[in-house]
Amino acid sequence: MENSSTPPVDERVKSQPFFAKLMQRPELGAIAGVILVVIFFSITADGSMFSLSGFMNFMSPASQLGILAIGAALLMIGGEFDLSIGSMVAFAGLFFAVCVINWGLPLAVAIPLTFVFAGCVGAINGTIVIRSGLPSFIVTLAFLFILRGLSLVGLKAATGGSTQLRGVRDATETDWLTPFFSGDAFPGLFAWLAENGWVETFKNGTPKVPGIPVEILWFVVITLLATYVLLRTPAGNWVFAAGGDTTAASNSGVPVTRVKISLFMLTACCAALVAIITVIDAGSTDARRGFQKEFEAIIAAVIGGCLLTGGYGSAIGAFFGAIIFGMVVIGLTYTDFDQDWFQVFLGGMLLIAVLFNNAIRKRVTGER
Amino acid sequence: MTDDGTFHHGDATGAAPIVEMKNIEKHFGNIIALAGVSFDVRPGECHCLLGDNGAGKSTFIKTMSGVHKPTKGEILFEGKPMSFSTPRDAMEAGIATVFQDLAMIPLMSVTRNFFMGREPTKGKGLLKRFDIDYANEVTMVEMRKMGINLRGPDQAVGTLSGGERQTVAIARAVHFGAKVLILDEPTSALGVRQTSNVLATIDKVRNQGIGVVFISHNVRHALAVGDRFTVLNRGQTLGTAKRGDISPEELQDLMAGGQEMAALEGSLGGTV
Repeated sequence: MENSSTPPVDERVKSQPFFAKLMQRPELGAIAGVILVVIFFSITADGSMFSLSGFMNFMSPASQLGILAIGAALLMIGGEFDLSIGSMVAFAGLFFAVCVINWGLPLAVAIPLTFVFAGCVGAINGTIVIRSGLPSFIVTLAFLFILRGLSLVGLKAATGGSTQLRGVRDATETDWLTPFFSGDAFPGLFAWLAENGWVETFKNGTPKVPGIPVEILWFVVITLLATYVLLRTPAGNWVFAAGGDTTAASNSGVPVTRVKISLFMLTACCAALVAIITVIDAGSTDARRGFQKEFEAIIAAVIGGCLLTGGYGSAIGAFFGAIIFGMVVIGLTYTDFDQDWFQVFLGGMLLIAVLFNNAIRKRVTGER
Repeated sequence: MTDDGTFHHGDATGAAPIVEMKNIEKHFGNIIALAGVSFDVRPGECHCLLGDNGAGKSTFIKTMSGVHKPTKGEILFEGKPMSFSTPRDAMEAGIATVFQDLAMIPLMSVTRNFFMGREPTKGKGLLKRFDIDYANEVTMVEMRKMGINLRGPDQAVGTLSGGERQTVAIARAVHFGAKVLILDEPTSALGVRQTSNVLATIDKVRNQGIGVVFISHNVRHALAVGDRFTVLNRGQTLGTAKRGDISPEELQDLMAGGQEMAALEGSLGGTV
């Protein structure tokens, strides 16, 4: 009987319609948000926003934020916060620039060194949180100021009094690794598309969009990797378990401490990647780099369906959360609205997302 | 459960005990939580540990499952002296404990809870990944064996009833090769129907040759499935009785540790 192909159905369990199943996906809110924002801007904004160049225009800042948001989302699913990622961008940027300019290291050394450095700072963050048992909110809030302050002090020390360190472009221009972290990818492809008249071109025949900005590729690759790890590896299960209930997870043999500290390190490395990309791109670093990005990243993760209490969320959601962000920031310039509506919009989105997530959580846990 | 509605009680008197605990004492500072407890469990039996609140039940099972180290006394596992330093050690030896909080995460699916910390993998090196199809299949099969039909393996544990969650926890312990299953008050928060489901699950587990330690303060639940009964009172065992050798009233009195219970029960018409 137990081997029959159709298992007996419990008559008390209603079969779920497709829509109800869809409602339980954590990324649903963010996808719905993207659709709403697209509808909003297709009505109000200039048509060029949704041209290829307009798309690259809003995807570029969305990617820089999104890389941070994916890290923040994984950490939130693991049940912790990191408010220091914005400052970490500045601090890692400083370290990277000092490596390249003051020490004259090639990128092949400077980049791994920056990641190791960021990973160590993340590990310090994580270790303090885990060992002390204090809320990560308060520990990383302290690091928000510590790292921002250290970036300022360090910049002045490295430059002899300035809060901006220039000259990264000259130092990296000829390095073979630069194209992986700056500029546009696949220029040949876009030139070929332009020749055939499939993409918009300037009068002289060069394509309006010379290639895909590399940060967009990084963003997509990191999202896919994070999703794979979360859904298809034991480590992903441990992240959900550690965030869902620390005691239950460690009683079941999940190495909770290791998982959480690794997540802090990962988040710091995401910040370091954004620092490297933006510093090479701008050719300089300054102390305000990454300012308030920690809040924007957490907001993108929350819009993407992560619960503030941990144990639930998705990287795909954070991906779309960051895209909503980029579309709003850049999209407003295509409309007649005052740019400063941006913050109002941001707060509103956050509020709606939290209310929505709360309802979803009740549905999933069967709370009434 | 069998057709006539009664359980086949294990007759394990001949078998050697899997775990034997001799004169266990446990002191916390100047508090003597356990003052000489002896207890053993044999394969295929359900040994009930009864006691009122504060009798030392929780301390005792925590000692048995490796959370606490006994101050004095000896633990024999399959005849050899054993000392567990962590719950993980005990788990690996085959002593699985289902605590009251069940170690379940409501937001996660049944499959993810079932394999939490022990995920099956496929592939090698960088491609080593969580074998979710196999995990889903095992979960559905194991749950069906215990008489629970899930809507799907991705159903969140939060949507299950208390009795079903208890069953998931038991099925998980059995699947991962438990020789001894310690159940900490599995029926204390359940309704009538769910309680009988859990008791039926205990019966199924026992029939697989696993020794079950059933901790309860409810004599009726214990008598429904138990083969032997040990009463714990004020940190000491008051003796072990076999099924049929002791009446519910005697058990109740032993647990309460005195005669005043008889008077109280009289005034309540024997309903406690």
